[in-house]
This record gives sequence, C-alpha cells and structure tokens, in this order.
Amino acid sequence: MNSEKIPGLYIHIPFCISKCHYCDFYSSTYVSAVPNFLNAVFKEMEMYRNRFDVFDTLYIGGGTPSLLSPKQLKDILTSVQKNFGLMADSEVTVETNPADLDQSPLESMRQMGINRINIGIQSFDEKVLGFLGRRHSAKQALSAIEASRKAGFENIGVDLIYGVPGQEMDSWLDTLKRAVAFSPEHLSCYQLTLGAETPLGIRYQAEEFLMPGEELQYEFFIKTSEFLEDAGYIHYEVSNFARGMQYASRHNQKYWDHSPYLGLGPSAHSFQSNRRWRNHRSLDQYLVAVNAGNLPVEETETLTMEQLRLEAVYLGLRTKRGVNFEDFKNRYQYDLFTEKREMLNRLLEEGFISIQDGRLSPTQAGLAVADSLALI
Amino acid sequence: MKNIRNFSIIAHIDHGKSTLADRLIQLTGMVDERNFKDQILDNMDIERERGITIKSQAIALPYHARDGEEYVLNLIDTPGHVDFSYEVSRSLASCEGVLLLIDAAQGVQAQTIANLYLAMENNLEIIPVINKIDLATADVERVVEQIDSELGLDPFSCLKCSAKEGIGIEEILEAIVKRIPPPKGDPEGPLAALIFDAQYDSFRGTVIHCRVFDGTVKNGDIIRLMSNQATYKVEEVGRFLLAREKRDKISAGEVGYIFASVKTVSDVHIGDTITLDGRPCDKPLPGFKEFKPVVFSSIYPIAPEDYEDLAVALEKYKLNDAAFVYQKDSSIALGQGFRCGFLGLLHLEIVQERVEREYDLSIILSVPSVRYRFTLKDGSVEFVDNPAHYPDPSIIEKGEEPYIRATLLMPERYLGAVMKLCMEKRGVNSKLNYLSPGRVELTYEMPLADVIYDFYDRFKSITQGYGSFDYELLDYRESNLVLVDILVNGEKVDALSQVVNRDQARPRALHACERLKEEIPRQMFKIAIQGAIGGEIIARTTISPFRKDVTAKCYGGDITRKRKLLEKQKKGKKRMKTIGSVSIPQSAFLAVLKTNTDD
Ligand SMILES: Nc1nc2c(ncn2[C@@H]2O[C@H](COP(=O)(O)OP(=O)(O)OP(=O)(O)O)[C@@H](O)[C@H]2O)c(=O)[nH]1
Ligand code: SF4
Ligand SMILES: [Mg+2]
Repeated sequence: MNSEKIPGLYIHIPFCISKCHYCDFYSSTYVSAVPNFLNAVFKEMEMYRNRFDVFDTLYIGGGTPSLLSPKQLKDILTSVQKNFGLMADSEVTVETNPADLDQSPLESMRQMGINRINIGIQSFDEKVLGFLGRRHSAKQALSAIEASRKAGFENIGVDLIYGVPGQEMDSWLDTLKRAVAFSPEHLSCYQLTLGAETPLGIRYQAEEFLMPGEELQYEFFIKTSEFLEDAGYIHYEVSNFARGMQYASRHNQKYWDHSPYLGLGPSAHSFQSNRRWRNHRSLDQYLVAVNAGNLPVEETETLTMEQLRLEAVYLGLRTKRGVNFEDFKNRYQYDLFTEKREMLNRLLEEGFISIQDGRLSPTQAGLAVADSLALI
Repeated sequence: MKNIRNFSIIAHIDHGKSTLADRLIQLTGMVDERNFKDQILDNMDIERERGITIKSQAIALPYHARDGEEYVLNLIDTPGHVDFSYEVSRSLASCEGVLLLIDAAQGVQAQTIANLYLAMENNLEIIPVINKIDLATADVERVVEQIDSELGLDPFSCLKCSAKEGIGIEEILEAIVKRIPPPKGDPEGPLAALIFDAQYDSFRGTVIHCRVFDGTVKNGDIIRLMSNQATYKVEEVGRFLLAREKRDKISAGEVGYIFASVKTVSDVHIGDTITLDGRPCDKPLPGFKEFKPVVFSSIYPIAPEDYEDLAVALEKYKLNDAAFVYQKDSSIALGQGFRCGFLGLLHLEIVQERVEREYDLSIILSVPSVRYRFTLKDGSVEFVDNPAHYPDPSIIEKGEEPYIRATLLMPERYLGAVMKLCMEKRGVNSKLNYLSPGRVELTYEMPLADVIYDFYDRFKSITQGYGSFDYELLDYRESNLVLVDILVNGEKVDALSQVVNRDQARPRALHACERLKEEIPRQMFKIAIQGAIGGEIIARTTISPFRKDVTAKCYGGDITRKRKLLEKQKKGKKRMKTIGSVSIPQSAFLAVLKTNTDD
C-alpha cells in the first residue's frame, strides 16, 4: 500500500540506570545485559533484512540510549548500514539523559553521523525533578544542552513535562523560558499522564496527591502553545513544537501519517502495509526468541480499512497539517468532506477546525480536544 | 388426581417466598447440593441481580407424606411487587390453595392484603405462614394478632417457619397435603386447559404453559385455541421440574407445558383455553381478569435500521409478559417505534432490560406518561397517553387526569412525614384508620401521575422500608394541564415531553433539565437544555463543554491502544441517541421522572 513511502527505523534500548517514578516505557536497570541485548538486536536486524530496504530516519530511543558507549552506538549504526542502509540525508536521532552528556561522547556521536539529539530534561525545577524521580539535576540539564551545541549538534530536541502535581504555572513558564534561551530546534512538551502501574500512578490511586483538573490542564496547554509560538516555534502536533517545519521530527511524523516503520528491541512496534506488530515487552522473552532464531513478535494485527480510517483521522487531527480530503479519499476510500459535512460545519462554527485548500486541520482549541475530534 | 396439590406462595415483596420455595425444593430432594443456589426459581439474570421475583415460576415436587402416600406438589412461586400482581392472579387460577407468607418482623403489609383478596376471589384454601421467625426483630405474637384482626383469618391455622434456617418446613409440606384440596376435573372428559403463560424458545418455538382442568392432552393430538380457532399438532407435552420434563401426557389437575408447531406467535393468548379439535369442550374457561396498563411510553430502537428486529422481538416478548401491550408509533426526534403500556414503572424498566438482553437490541424509552382525558371544544372526547399527541391547547375545553385511591400501611411514627408527602403529591380526602396500636392505614385520593413520579421511592425512604402501599384506579378529575417540552440546543425532543399540572410545570421542567444535565455526558460543545410551554421557556440549564481531553503522546505502540479506546467510545456512542449534535444516553429519558441517580 505505502510502497512509495520510505520507512523509518526505531531501535529500543531497554535500559536505564534507575527508573523514573512516572515511567511506563519498557526498560530494565539490569545494564550488564547490554552486550547480550546488542547481539540480539543485530540478529533481529538480519531477520528483517529482506523485508525492509533503505530507511531515511533512524531513532534510537528507550530506555536510555545515552548509557551506551560511543563504540556500542557506532556498532548499531554500522549494523543498520550493513543490513538495510540509510539514505544520505537521513534524520538520525538519539534520546539522551542529561546526566550522561559529557563533551567527548557527544563529539563521537556527532562524528559517527548522529545528527539529532533529544535530551530528556523534563524540568528546570529541582522540586519537579525530585517528584518525577529523575536522576539528573537542573544544572546538569543546562550543561547538557550547552555541551550538545558545542559538540556541533544543529538539531537539538528538548523534552519537558508539565501538569505535575504541585507545579505552579510560573514554575512551568520559567522552565519553558530557560529552555527557549538555548533556542533548541525542537521541543516536546508532554502533559504528565500516570500509568496505573507506575509508582506515581499507585500513589495517585492511593490519593496521596491530586492531578491538575481539566481547566488547569487546558490552561497549561494553551499557555504553552502561546508562549512557544511567541518565541517563534510552530505547534505542529499536540505535544510538539519546532523552530521551523524543517525541524519537525521526521521520524515521529511517520507514526502519524501511516508511513511504514520497523521497530527493533523489546516492546518496539512496527507498521507495514496494513499490519502492525509488537515485540515482547520483556528483555528475557525477547532474548529467548531471537536467540532461538525466531522473530520476537508477541502480537500482530491486521487493520481493517475502517480501523485505518479511524487512526488516520485521529492521528491526522493531532497535527497542524491535519487531513487532506483528497488524499484521505484515495487512501482510505472515504469521502470525509461529504460524509461528515454537517459535523464539520458545526466544528468550524465552534472554532475547533479550519478547512483550507482541501485540508482539514485543528485549531489550537481543536488540538486540545483532539481525542473527541477523532470521534466525529 | 387425589395425590396432586396445586398451590402458590404469595406474599408482600421480600417476605421470603422464593427462599421458602428453595427449602421445599430441597426437602423434597428435587436438586442436589451441588446444583443448588439461593432463590433457585429466580432464574432470569435480571431477577438475580435485583434480588426480586419478576415472573411466576412453576415446579412439580414429589413428596412422600407422613400418611405413607406419594404426592405431586405443583408449586408456583410468585412475585411480590405490586407491578407484577398480574403474575400472581394468573398463577392463582391454576391452584386450589396458597401459602400466604408474612414476615415476622414486618407483619402484614399492603400486598399481603392485596394478594389475600386475590386468593379469596379464587376461592382458594389459604394457609397463613409466618416466616423469618429466626430474626431478632421477629414479633410472632403481634403477627398472629394481625392475622386475626387485619386479615380476618383463623389465627390458630397459621404455621411458623424460618425459610432461611429451614425451620418448620416439613409442617408446611404436611399442611399442603392435608389442608389444600386435590384438584377436581375429569381426565376422561373433553380437554379444557388454561394457558397461563408462554415463552418463546429460540430452538423449539412457542412453549405454552397451561393448567389442565378437564381431559388429557398427549403427543400427536390436534389442539384448538378457542379464542381464534387456530389448530396445531402437539409435538411434546411435559411438566416443570427445574427444567422441562417430557411426559406421555398431561391430564386434568396437572400443570405442564405443550409444544405445538405454533407458527404465528401472536395466535397464543394468555388466558385462552386449549381444547381438542376432535372433541372440543363446550365453553372456554373463564380466563383472567384484564389488567389495564397505567403507564405509557414509546420504545424506539437506537439504530433506526433495527426497527424490524424490534417488531419481532416485541411480539415474542409479549408471549412471556401478558401484561405488556404495544402498538406502532413514531416520533419526530426518534423515528419509528412502538407505544407501549405497562403496569407501573418497575414493569417498564424490566421490559426495557429484558428486551435489550433477550433480543440483543439497544432501545430508548420516551418519558413515561399516564393516560389523560381531554374534552375538546367541539364536544368530542380524546384519551391521550402520549405527550406527542397532546391536542392543540386552543381547542381544549377541559383536561382530566386519572386519580387513584392509595392505601398506605405504616408504623404510626411516620404518619406526619407521609401525610406531608401525600399533600405535596396533591392527595385529597385522606382517611386514617388505626389497625392496631402503633400501626395505621392511611388512604388518599391522588393523581396517578404524581404517584408514578418518584412517590414510591420517597415513601419507602420516609418510612425506612416499614411502609407499604397499594392502589386502585378511581376516576378522572379535572386538572389544569399543560404540555412541557424539552429542547436540547434549541431542538425539541418529543420523547422528553411531559403533560403536567400547570402548578407543577416550572419545578418539573427544572427537575427534568437538571436530571438531563447529570445524564448527558459533557461534549466538545456547550449544550443548552430548556423546558418550555409552547414558545415560553420556563426552565434552563447548560452543560459546559470540556476543553481538554487530548492524550499527550502517540507513538508506535500507543497508536493501537488509543485506537482501541476510540473504537470502544464509538461503540458507546452507538448506544446513545444523537439529536442535533448532542449524544443523549438511553438512561436520560427515564431519569427525568426520578429523584436522583442512586436508586
Ligand atoms: N432472616 C431471614 N431472612 C429470610 C428468611 N426468608 C427469606 N429471607 C431473606 O429475605 C430476603 C428476601 O427473600 P426472597 O425469598 O427473595 O423474598 P421474596 O418474597 O421471594 O421476594 P420477591 O419475589 O421479590 O417478592 C432475602 O434476603 C432472604 O435471604 C428467613 O426465614 N429469615
Ligand atoms: S529515563 Fe526515560 S525510559 Fe528511563 S525510566 Fe526515566 S522516563 Fe523511563
Ligand atoms: Mg421471590
């Protein structure tokens, strides 16, 4: 189906030095298993070498990829080149923890062809960092950005979290201000959500603290958007901002526009044609499968046209680009414009969407209720 | 035949009928311990969930009596709730006697009396049984006295038991054998069998439940339904144990079932007489007293394309609920549906739930109404049970609404609060009667509409469960009626309209708006809810829109998870009715008549 679209590659490094209190990504603190894991990833790549060809984005995420040595990162890149190949102008991103970002590994990363660095700063407020259980300080966060620039990174992304219990709007705006001072090319601002099984989620259910109410969440959302747009950023997706569309994460956009992607490592997801599959969310099971010569896939689903359609609407309406009626009709065999005309008019009147040049896109107020927009 | 006993267990709600049935079933060894469960005859999910009996249920029990003889005891467990008294009256037509149960702590209650009268009308042998003697609050002496003074029965004839603890059960079985007469009738005579219930079985078709008064029916017989002369070939007969048990024949005095190849479901009428085509009896059995529906509401499928399925479902459902009546109807807001009559609000709720569960349909019921009478300027008279058919106000000469006589039994200490409630409900002509020291009987004449509208719940809560109530229809009385419409975002939803007395219009409209506000989920848009008489807005509320609902992240794995969540929400939305752009949940339509959400 998407044969014309070039796929992206995601590699999940499932290790962290310690677990953050809100984290529901799959990662283990058993770092001595890194070498075994890397060997398995290389094997997994071989298993897919006939099913995927060249990629134009590579995203090494986790977990904490920055706890790998430059040599280990380099081995990964080499193995990707060997099995699939990366296009010349590929976007190559590594997710990092500020505590790990010394000058010399950064320079090695830059040299081996990593051209985008994403730093999990989350906050410049020590209180917030403590609550979240991050293992770095605000000071380390500052020097991490500086060091990345110095190392020659021209595309730096910063992750921040808002809506933390007890966090004042001022503290959040201060964090934003300090981040913007470095002019990072990209900012991801996530509202804190608590998985039921995370330590904070458990404390929340035990009613140890309150989460911000909907009005306050909305205020955080809008203030963030306004602040960053004033600072010259484009609010191009619910949680993402770029200093120019050339800096919008190319890899992440593949998730949102039904481009194919291959995910390697435990818990990684892949998508190709109308199939999505998911690897074991356990390092052990992953290793056992791969070492036995099997794909470490736990579940595969084949999406019906209706499911694809629903995804395309809800993913599309999370982005400023929105949904192009003509493309949508061609790809999902559904004339959104005619079928939903009445509802669209209503949404237009209420200021949730705009319709321009054959494209339906959410307004700022629309982005805030994107989940409901998806149900039109 | 002399060794058959047919009896029902009757009582006020919750006095322990189904529990006593359990003990009788166990003592006669009808079910082994492993397969036993409490209130085993309450076999519908909805009965078990609500802890009440809705349908009468028959079961044949073999009993080896102290006189050395083998008996077959046909037991019918009946419901206690006032809405289901039709079930009781039908069961009684198959019996020669009853066990009249009275809770030792609660004493005689309104449906104790109502059901006693039903038994007396049928000339049945009545065995009073005081139940729950194990309770710390039991006052057996007082109940014995009430049996004498309030029920007019011989106090020495009563038995005492604890159905829960299994005390006094054998004495009950012995009394059934000794005191209830065996059925009369001639097994060799022409067949006369009374249809007292029926059921649609998706494998076998229509199952007829009947009591044979004369004659015998067996496999291969050609039977005739006397009301419409339809004839069918019998495929199977049998009796009710815990499940159906096939037999060669059923004869005079017995209760059982008949499968015949009944093609047209609506041929079968409860109360009809079955006879043999080749040797008919000369006249049908008396049948049942007709019960008139008092509450009306329209049923619509949520998805318009389910209309045909709903039509089929209602026809089959009606077989098993003779008190339910319906006819075609349509609504501007909700499309094609059926106007239905019910014996009360509980009956209505049960119909809704059973139709949805048993036929896998999603339906909406419009706001319930009583039947009003209008005299128009041209002198003609119109009955209106559907607010959508409210006559043009300019041609109404006068409006009248049905009144009932309510009989309320309660401990004297609640009298003040109950009288206040009755007055609020426009009750008039009260009469007070001291039954015994501390116990009163209060009667009021009240508009039926006000009784339907949250009276029962409030009465129960005021009397902390110690009050009971019964009513009979009286007459129509003039009333200053108006039609209150509900507008959702400016659009009139006819299924939410109500006819009310003008004095109550404003509070009732406001109540409706507020209940709708609780029931309708917040949406992206502001929702305005208004109550109006004609063009005049008399009440309003708004549901503020939510402003943020978006999840923060959506990468790789989250996409599937999120989609599944949306799929679920989409499905949930299908169970709501979208009017304009507002999704109104099923529950909202009935909530309008209720006091609060948690009842
Ligand atoms: N303590 C005590 N509780 C009893 C006894 N008999 C019944 N109950 C309880 O009373 C409640 C109602 O019992 P049911 O047998 O369902 O009453 P019912 O008369 O069939 O009720 P409806 O069919 O709804 O009219 C249940 O909680 C029983 O456990 C008894 O002898 N002693
Ligand atoms: S660093 Fe990231 S992956 Fe690791 S525990 Fe913290 S939030 Fe989770
Ligand atoms: Mg019962």
